[in-house]
Amino acid sequence: MKVKMLSRNPDNYVRETKLDLQRVPRNYDPTLHPFEVSREYVRALNATKLERVFAKPFLASLDGHRDGVNCLAKHPKSLATVLSGACDGEVRIWNLTKRKCIRTIQAHEGFVRGICTRFCGTSFFTVGDDKTVKQWKMDAPGYGEEEEPLHTILGKTVYTGIDHHWKDPAFATCGQQVDIWDEQRTNPICSMTWGFDSINSVKFNPIETFLLGSCASDRNIVLYDMRQATPLKKVILDMRTNTICWNPMEAFIFTAANEDYNLYTFDMRALDTPVMVHMDHVSAVLDVDYCPTGKEFVSASFDKSIRIFPVDRSRSREVYHTKRMQHVICVRWTADSKYIMCGSDEMNIRLWKANASEKLGVLASRERAAQDYNQKLKEKFQHHPNIKRIARHRHLPKSIYSQIQEQRIMREARRRKELNRRKHSKPGSVPVVSERKKHVVAVVK
Amino acid sequence: METVPRPGRGVPPKKDKLQAKRKKPRRYWEEETAPAVAGASPGPPRKKKKKKNLEVRRQKQKNSHNSKKSRISKKSQFRKKSREQKKPGPQRTLSGAQDPFPGPAPVPLEVARKFRRIDKSKELPHSLPKTRSKLEVAEALEEEISVKAARSELLLAEEPGFLEGEDGEDTAKIRQADIVEAVDIASAAKHFDLNLRQFGPYRLNYSRTGRHLAFGGRRGHVAAFDWVTKKLMCEINVMEAVRDIRFLHSEALLAVAQNRWLHIYDNQGIELHCIRRCDRVTRLEFLPFHFLLATASETGFLTYLDVSVGKIVAALNIRAGRLNVMAQNPYNAVIHLGHSNGTVSLWSPSVQEPLAKILCHRGGIQAVAVDCTGTYMATSGLDHQLKVFDLRGTFQPLSARTLPQGAGHLAFSQRGLLAAGMGDVVNIWAGQGKASLPSLEQPYLTHRLAGPVHGLQFCPFEDVLGVGHSGGITSMLVPGASEPNFDGLESNPYRSRKQRQEWEVKALLEKVPAELICLNPRALAEVDVISLEQHKKERVERLGYDPEAKAPFQPKAKQKGRSSTGSLVKRKKKVLAQEHRDKVRQSLEEQQKQKQKQKAKPTGARPSALDRFGGL
Repeated sequence: MKVKMLSRNPDNYVRETKLDLQRVPRNYDPTLHPFEVSREYVRALNATKLERVFAKPFLASLDGHRDGVNCLAKHPKSLATVLSGACDGEVRIWNLTKRKCIRTIQAHEGFVRGICTRFCGTSFFTVGDDKTVKQWKMDAPGYGEEEEPLHTILGKTVYTGIDHHWKDPAFATCGQQVDIWDEQRTNPICSMTWGFDSINSVKFNPIETFLLGSCASDRNIVLYDMRQATPLKKVILDMRTNTICWNPMEAFIFTAANEDYNLYTFDMRALDTPVMVHMDHVSAVLDVDYCPTGKEFVSASFDKSIRIFPVDRSRSREVYHTKRMQHVICVRWTADSKYIMCGSDEMNIRLWKANASEKLGVLASRERAAQDYNQKLKEKFQHHPNIKRIARHRHLPKSIYSQIQEQRIMREARRRKELNRRKHSKPGSVPVVSERKKHVVAVVK
Repeated sequence: METVPRPGRGVPPKKDKLQAKRKKPRRYWEEETAPAVAGASPGPPRKKKKKKNLEVRRQKQKNSHNSKKSRISKKSQFRKKSREQKKPGPQRTLSGAQDPFPGPAPVPLEVARKFRRIDKSKELPHSLPKTRSKLEVAEALEEEISVKAARSELLLAEEPGFLEGEDGEDTAKIRQADIVEAVDIASAAKHFDLNLRQFGPYRLNYSRTGRHLAFGGRRGHVAAFDWVTKKLMCEINVMEAVRDIRFLHSEALLAVAQNRWLHIYDNQGIELHCIRRCDRVTRLEFLPFHFLLATASETGFLTYLDVSVGKIVAALNIRAGRLNVMAQNPYNAVIHLGHSNGTVSLWSPSVQEPLAKILCHRGGIQAVAVDCTGTYMATSGLDHQLKVFDLRGTFQPLSARTLPQGAGHLAFSQRGLLAAGMGDVVNIWAGQGKASLPSLEQPYLTHRLAGPVHGLQFCPFEDVLGVGHSGGITSMLVPGASEPNFDGLESNPYRSRKQRQEWEVKALLEKVPAELICLNPRALAEVDVISLEQHKKERVERLGYDPEAKAPFQPKAKQKGRSSTGSLVKRKKKVLAQEHRDKVRQSLEEQQKQKQKQKAKPTGARPSALDRFGGL
């Protein structure tokens, strides 16, 4: 007879002293872990609930401006520095860690229309209603020195926007036409026009640095190449585009914030259909900025809220609003992709977390592991109706909520009418036009 | 035979081995079989030797296999061979040392299969390319995870026990006393008898960690103790008949089915609750992951009590008279009830009707047990039969055996051993390996007790079978009964108080809702094809067109006069005809397949007279 009994030595399973860690032998045999799926589901449900509990995105409000904040700019080298221009011509530089204004400049008479930093971070440019372009040093003037711009360019017309080249000492302004300037000269290198309306904003492509896009009041978006004297092509939409933003990771993708409450993500190689139509706002979209990862962007709207959209989704994943925030005019995603700043009508700049339930500060490794695990679980079970319902639930102010209802009814009525027309007319005479194609009027080359 | 290159030529391999044993400790780079050479340098072997050495090793292994009457099964031999084949040959590092086991550890296929979660035989529903690629990525990830989990099996510390007779010796003839004599002291101490003739017959229950044992006698004796250290936790007399006893999620709480009502005691014997809504309870089952206490009563009700909040989740009227046979399926938490008409019905708290009804025996059912993988169900009936059923969809009997007297109690162990109590005898049957079908031909062990058996349970994580009988409690030694390696985070026999508290909080946080109990516990992770189709249909109806439909072919405009209306129509027709032909071909193929299937069917079964009433 040969016999072996299971006989464990307790010393192998119990810690020796109280100072040791407990011994936890693992065995991943599935029969020892029954109900794996249902337990994971419950964990995912709990994690989703906790995410909503901890969703407190608002961090700080920077107040000090004496008029509505009209434009914002990030510092290319320092995460803590932010520049803002107001409607009374004042420019302020903020320190985000201290949440304080560190410098105030009375830059223009009338609005500060645009502000941008130089790629090296030593100086910045502003344009204003007083038909001037001014270059300022980033550092405060020394003791006894006067606050004066490095350079001032007096233009003939009002400038409405400015953007700096990402590598070269050149910048572009817009107004009646798009001007491209060398930093050293007082006359533009070249000016380009296509149509006669005023141009709202101009943006350089961060990857293909010679490309730039602009949007004008005559409903079109025009693309230019800096190296040639004429514009490349333009796309005409249903309504006016307020601003565009290039994807920092994909050179040919840009997103346009439109007056018809939607955002359109375009591939510049095929402008006739947008890649995606992002619809959730209930009023005109005023500004848009990409996350540095290029996966998401944030948009500011006249409906007193900001929304975060994934690039490949037509619906927003997040909406931020507060009781006191009025029409949001400008919004920026910080360079570390963790925070969002928005400037609004009621003179405040607000700082938000990009991920509403994220815990700030240093995480212990176990905490991080638990967080990663929960994230994966949420991802795995995201389509289950209960979890989806909790994850997408947001409280909205009454104005937005009722607007959404109203617009849904209007859209439904329009759809129904179209359906009926199609039903009662000759087959094929009322074609089905997809939502993406509906809003593009024409592409001109 | 150029295999032995050293002076050891012609020396039989046995002596060679002895030499190797006597030798001083080897360096890791030295080959296992290389005999001591006079003046051999203690450095790594030179290049020219390498090949020969390898060969020697292989030869040697073969020899050892042939010579040894090995207990190593065929499987492991195969594994070794496959590893050798896979190896691209030892690699050399800068220091000249060579890795004897280069590359990641090989993973045997059958072990990886154990951890595989995705059923690849199931076809994925037709989906858009984006979704499809996502599903494929998820599948690949699962595959990788299963391989990793299988690889971690190497780290398991303990080996399962076994009992083997000498040539021709029947293990069933081995008595408990012999086993106790043969094993070490610690294991021998696990065999004990409690002589409690006064309050007999006893029901018993082990806690989930296998550390604690609770038992209750018919005449009101209730006690709980740590059976490993034999430390008594409590001992009371409830002055009422005790029908069943069960630990709740931890050893601190005890549910006792008494003559009138269900009572809950703590580990000091203090009565915490008297649940009057569960009256005349005959059997108890605790579902640990749902925190549900299932009670079957004389009045014919199956009641689920949520012990974490104290609410009755469901009270199902079974409509089958008195219920006194109950078992839970540990794989999916479905309750199996045995009835006096020979059927076993399967119940879940969210459904008012049985999930399934299986006709098992000609007489009433005496006992039911389900193994921990949820594959097999053993039943015994008044017709003196013992049957094992397959629970994976078909509910067909796999094996059956007539016993001289029917088995009144059945229990499965963690490794798939089946114990049956017949009168005062306990028989245990074993299968081939872990979680395999126990073969009912020859019992693995038998034991005669002091009185008729009244309760049976294998102790989790110990090779012990607890038997309650009219003369008290017996703890039998059953080598190879239980899982040798426990998971510390799931149920740890050696856990401290702090660990238990932490586990309790975690377990309560992930309490599975009772509505999720169904036959397939993985259903929640599968693609819900039915509602997907329904959703799609509704969408098409709402929109008035199918947004995912393929657009009809539109011929491209060509130049140089080749785009006339006639040619356009011609091209269009060509494509249409091609599509039509494809469709016809597909439907023909399908028809052929069905025909072949129908042809293949009748070969297995004999044609029956009932066939003419429709081809079901």
